Amino acid sequence: MARKPVDWSKDVFAILKGEGVKQVAYVPDAGHTNLIKACRADRSMTAVPLTTEEEGVALLAGAWLGGEPGVLLMQSSGVGNIVNMLGVARECRFPLLILVTMRGEWGEFNPWQMPMGQATETVLEAAGVILHRADDPDRVAESVRSAAAMAFEGGRMVAVLIGQRVIGFKDWTK
Amino acid sequence: MASSSSIRGTNRNITLDRREVVSRILQDRGDTLLVTGLGAPTWDAAAAGDHPNSFYLWGGMGGASVCGLGLALAQKKRRVLVITGDGEMLMGIGSLATVAAQRPANLAICVIDNQRYGETGMQETHTQFGVDLAAMAAGAGFIETDTVWTMAELEAAMTHLYETPGPVFLDVKVTDAPQPMTLPLRDGPALKHRFRQTLLGKA
Repeated sequence: MARKPVDWSKDVFAILKGEGVKQVAYVPDAGHTNLIKACRADRSMTAVPLTTEEEGVALLAGAWLGGEPGVLLMQSSGVGNIVNMLGVARECRFPLLILVTMRGEWGEFNPWQMPMGQATETVLEAAGVILHRADDPDRVAESVRSAAAMAFEGGRMVAVLIGQRVIGFKDWTK
Repeated sequence: MASSSSIRGTNRNITLDRREVVSRILQDRGDTLLVTGLGAPTWDAAAAGDHPNSFYLWGGMGGASVCGLGLALAQKKRRVLVITGDGEMLMGIGSLATVAAQRPANLAICVIDNQRYGETGMQETHTQFGVDLAAMAAGAGFIETDTVWTMAELEAAMTHLYETPGPVFLDVKVTDAPQPMTLPLRDGPALKHRFRQTLLGKA
């Protein structure tokens, strides 16, 4: 029997608010739908849709220069698009909080999602990003809390990888 | 005597010198916050005079405009100017859409367009073949866009860079005459700290 899905987005949104996150950069993913909706509805936050994920890394560097913490929401496919820009954050020690919803792993139906999904952790680690994996819906919020502290206080790039197991199977027959 | 060149599909000669252009632009910066794109625009800004609220990108090609956007959204009461190159702008061309969608009234982007990849052997960029960056910015929804070919046109456009509600986009056609490299501070954390210390009073 399927477990009752936990909506982790409310807790994560509260953490982002508590951390003073003002700019929310994103390339949409189904797994981020609720969080994006909440951030868009909040008047103290600016939601910035991107044309490609690397823009988010540069945007949040500028935001930090101006005194605003931010977050980058994206799917694991986007990790391949941000690698060179991560060098800016790493070299300048800009805080960078990234929430990545995974594709190409647990129960994936689309083979074309596998290459980037399976390479996501290796690629981020090679670029110097600290990783937290959250494969249980109950662990997403605490992972984000830790990642935010390490990013904003510790001046590091930290990504929370939200497992496809958390997001659930994508039913492609519908 | 400045060398001159032209662009395919146009009959206008290019005579502007990039150092003179950037120096003229920054002469009026006041308390404007500046982001420069990697390569020659960073050297040009350094040659015009260092400033603690100049953030020089030494990497991250394609990121200058959106870096300026993040800064402009965070500092709505300050003018933010991005000075970058045509190759850098082309690599992040989608950011024209990202910037325009936010309608940042305090942001101006100025491309110093020599139609070349200057750091890699002076290969032609797409602007040499007629790609019109100002038209692309206008299509994205920038409020004020212009292409500048002469010093008189630059003088007329200065008010757009610093006062006209934006987003503003200015493409300045300059010659491909080489200039000496003038290198500003390159330590990333130091650039970041001094920028924030000056602007926010905290590192």
